[in-house]
Order: sequence, then structure tokens, then C-alpha cells
Amino acid sequence: MMSILRTLWDVALHAFQPRVTKQYPEQPAYLPPRWRGRIILSRDPDGGERCVACYLCAVACPVDCISLQATEDANGRRYPEFFRINFSRCIFCGYCEEACPTYAIQLTPDFEMSEYSRQNLVYEKEDLLIDGEGKYPGYNFWRVAGVQIGGKDKGESENEAPPADLHDLMP
Amino acid sequence: MTTTPYHPVIAIIGILLVVLNLAALLIWIERRLLALWQDRYGPNRVGPFGLLQPLADAIKLFAKEDWIPPFADTVVFVIAPAIVVFTTLLAFAVIPVWPGVVIADLNIGVLFFLAMSSLGVYSVVLAGWSSDNKYALLGGLRAAAQMVSYEVFMGLSLMGVVLLAGSFRLSDIIDAQRHLWFIIPQFVGFLLFFVAGVAETRRLPFDLPEAESELVAGYHSEYSGMKFGMFFVGEYIGITLISAMITVLFFGGWLGPWLPPVIWFLIKTAFFLGVFILLRAALPRPRFDQLMAWGWKLMLPLALLNLLVTGAIVLGAGT
Repeated sequence: MMSILRTLWDVALHAFQPRVTKQYPEQPAYLPPRWRGRIILSRDPDGGERCVACYLCAVACPVDCISLQATEDANGRRYPEFFRINFSRCIFCGYCEEACPTYAIQLTPDFEMSEYSRQNLVYEKEDLLIDGEGKYPGYNFWRVAGVQIGGKDKGESENEAPPADLHDLMP
Repeated sequence: MTTTPYHPVIAIIGILLVVLNLAALLIWIERRLLALWQDRYGPNRVGPFGLLQPLADAIKLFAKEDWIPPFADTVVFVIAPAIVVFTTLLAFAVIPVWPGVVIADLNIGVLFFLAMSSLGVYSVVLAGWSSDNKYALLGGLRAAAQMVSYEVFMGLSLMGVVLLAGSFRLSDIIDAQRHLWFIIPQFVGFLLFFVAGVAETRRLPFDLPEAESELVAGYHSEYSGMKFGMFFVGEYIGITLISAMITVLFFGGWLGPWLPPVIWFLIKTAFFLGVFILLRAALPRPRFDQLMAWGWKLMLPLALLNLLVTGAIVLGAGT
């Protein structure tokens, strides 16, 4: 009997305790910088697309929500012709970000993506591409990769030795 | 019946409006108060402070499919939810809100209230029976057992009050409390009536007929749409009724200094509504055999003892 009254009293006292609820849209929740949210495609410092359309993200994706088509520009530089992420399927696992060899695809701390129509959750390349460099400022894949493309020959990359002249190696 | 200076229809419409709106508001009040005691906010988005939440709920209930299971006993299934609302609303007819304002000031007011709240059992039992669902049937059976056994000492617990006031008429009972509220001489009676009232309205901790953690939703498992809404509203009207009866029988009804009588009545009733919600927020549900054992082995003897002692005192003092 006393325990019942004690319980009632204790519960009634909770009226004077601060509430734990956060009034979400007015009081935004703190999202850690590594939060895995809306996916973006970043650009390199020169403003070019980082994505080289290698398909590794599409392969890594466990729910097959990424689809893209590779193509090449006049300089022989690969880029995606289209790049489409179906966010109604995406589970925000971040495997695409781990798989990406050029830091192009990145997950951001943003989850407010509600839509009334499911079709609106399919993001095209122009929705995904941002103007900045994301989490890896200063990184330019084409500048460090030892690949020959238009405007950059072999051996002109950063930290890259000039290619060995095979004829000089003769004994 | 006392003559009233106005047409009784006005009182009927007024009390109907107040009671039904209060029942709707109680949905909001209950959720806000439960949230307050659980360190949450509760519904606060629809309208100012979420006050329009009951309206949104009502729209939702009306828009839902009103489904009658093919295996149900259709007629009884449809009638059952109406009974509980009907009987509890009828019981409000005898409750005096302030001096002279009462729909029917019966000289058997207490008995009429007891009769109406007993008839409410039929609603639950028939709902459980006609649903033809094992959980609903279990809920209906529990309701029958619980409410019949708590009915017994509910009536007996009120007899002390009737003895002291010397009348079954509720306005006479209030008049008899001018000097001393019956909560003092009839404290045991108050406790018994309160427990019986909670059991009668099927509220936590005595919500065994519903018991959503064991019986899905008990007797109204199969109900949807506005038929479920009727049970819902009936429950809240029931709480209001019990709170108003506690106010009238033990806390002097409209009696109180300074404020106008109706305000006192509303304050006291609102306090007990709050206590009902606090009970729900704080207490766990007992086992069914515990419930029955308390009812018959503890509450009933206590009620009889209370009646005996009160009778002896009235007899000794009266002559």
C-alpha cells in the first residue's frame, strides 16, 4: 500500500523535471561530422568532377541503388555520363565512400530528405554534384595518378619520377 | 423533482455539450499529462499546445474503414459500443452541477448512478462476446467478472454516505456536507469507492479487460473506426462521471468559499481526473486472481465493516 502511494508521489514529482524530448525541427539535433547521410559527389580543386566512373561504388553497393554510365571527354578523361542514386533504396552504409578510389562519392551529415513522391528520391548527377571538395580538400586524383591524359603526360604528376627510358636501360 | 427556472432541455443540451467536449479534451489532457510525468511533451503540434489533437484524431477515426468482421454477430457488435456511451451519459442526468442545475434531481440519485454504471458492463461483455475472437472473449469475461465483483462493494461503500446524509438524492447529499465534507467521516468509504470507480471505468491499474500487453486490445480488439471511438469516448465519459461522483459524494460538490459553485465543482472534478491519469502513469496492472481476491476478500469485508460502524455511529448519535 505504501509502495503504491510512494510510486504515485514519485511519478507526480516528475512534473517538475526537465523534459528529455528535443523539439526537433526547432532544436536541430547534433550530427557528428562522420554521420552517414545524404550522398554527394565532390569536385577537385580545379572544379572538375572527381568521379572517374570506375563503377566500384555501384559494385560495392549492397542494395544496388547506384547506377552510372562511364564516358570519356576529348582529353581521354573518364567521367560519368549519368550518375543516379535511388535514395529510396539507399541504406546509407557508406560502402560506396569506402570503395571510391578518388574520394569523389562522400556521405554528408544531412538526413532531411523527405519527399511526398518516391520518384523524387531518385537523385541525378546534377542533384548529387556539389561545388566543393568535401572532406578531402586539395586532393586531385588526376594530378597524382600516373595516367596519361590530355594536357598531362607521363611523369608530370605530383611525386612522380619521369618514366624510365627503356633504351637507356640497355647494359 | 425540484422545479427549475429554465427549460430542462437547456440543461440537457448544456451538460451534453460540456461532457462530450470534456471527453474529447480529456484525450489531449491525458496524453499531455502522461507525457509530463514521463518527461516528454506529448502532442503539441496540432493547433496551440496541440489542443486540436482530438479533432485530428476524430477526423482520423471517421476516415478509417468501419469494418465488421464477417464472423461477428453483427447486430450485437454494432449495438455494444453505443451502450457504454448511452449509460454513462444517462448517469450524468442525476449529477447536480451547481445549486438547482441538474437534469433530473431523482430521489434515488445514487441508485440510478449505480444502476447505469452497472448497465455499462453489458457493453463490454457483449462486445467481447459478439466479436467471436478469443482475445475479445477473454477481455469480455474478465470485464464481467471484474465489474460484477467490484460493483458489489461500490454500492456498499456509498451506503455510509447515504446513512450520514439520510437521502439518496445527490443534492441533499451535497447539502449535508455544508459543515464537513464526507471525506473525513467516510474516508474508508472514499477509498473503496475510488478503487471501485477505477475498476468500473476499466482504467489502469484495473484495465484487465483491455490489457493491451496480453490481450491485444481485449474486448475491443475487433473494433475499428468510430465504433472503437465510441468505446474510447465512453471510457473518458466514465472517468468524468466517476470523478464528478467522487466530488459530489465525498468532497462537497459545489461547496467552497469565494469562487462561484460551478467553478468549485469543475476544480474538484478536474483534480480527480488528474488523479485518474496519474494512476495510469504510475501503477502496474495486477494479476487477475489478485484483482478478484482483493475485491472479494479485502474490499467487500472492509465495505461491510465501514457500513456497520457508520450505522452504529449514526444510530448512537441520532437518538
